Amino acid sequence: MGTFHRNKSALHGITVVVDTTGPEVFVGRCDDEDERGIVLDDADVHRDGDGGRSKQQYVERAARFGVWKKHDRLFIPRERVASVRRLGEV
Amino acid sequence: MPYSPLLVKPMREELTSAGVKELLSPLDVDAFMSERSGTAMLVVNSVCGCAAGMARPGVRLALRHAHRPDRVASVFAGQDLEATARARGYFPDIPPSSPSIAFMKDGELVYFMPRHRIEGRDAEAVARELMAVFEEHCAAPEAAASPAPPVNVAGSTAH
Repeated sequence: MGTFHRNKSALHGITVVVDTTGPEVFVGRCDDEDERGIVLDDADVHRDGDGGRSKQQYVERAARFGVWKKHDRLFIPRERVASVRRLGEV
Repeated sequence: MPYSPLLVKPMREELTSAGVKELLSPLDVDAFMSERSGTAMLVVNSVCGCAAGMARPGVRLALRHAHRPDRVASVFAGQDLEATARARGYFPDIPPSSPSIAFMKDGELVYFMPRHRIEGRDAEAVARELMAVFEEHCAAPEAAASPAPPVNVAGSTAH
């Protein structure tokens, strides 16, 4: 069950993990997604290896406690998106 | 800017009517957190849909379980700003999240349910996870005490 608002995607209001084809992984609250990409609010980004943590290690910690937001709003182009998962299901 | 007190009153009462103590000031928070013995649960309440549909009813359902924390309190994010900030200050390594639920045993945080583990679920799922925490950490009720009413998480809306 998401937070249903008209004209928004099913993930609207849900905190998601957006893995990319590159070194970054994003965690944030999905505002909307479509064929162009995904918009996240209150988002954090982690680069593989930063702080000695892999993407997977970062996501595992995020799943336990959440993330400190670095960006109020982010757009991730579809061509960079490798996968989108609900953080609550990690 | 905080919402109208009139608007949030029922959101507060949904928890207080289930025995949750509201912490309205930093002093209230300090008093609650300074009592370290036993088990305590702190709910960060909020006006969002996750709190309305999942967190508050989930907490109400869970508190009907035979095992329950010794003390339960809430702060209201976006409303009681100083109290909420003070409460979050007790968990400096945990990102702010509302709604969220922290569970302490003998003053140590042993469990935390952030917003993303509330959103997208239902009240029963939230309650089940909380009750599992209660069963793990809370003392069994005295044998002589009155038995708690059965918890039917499948069919109850607990309002």
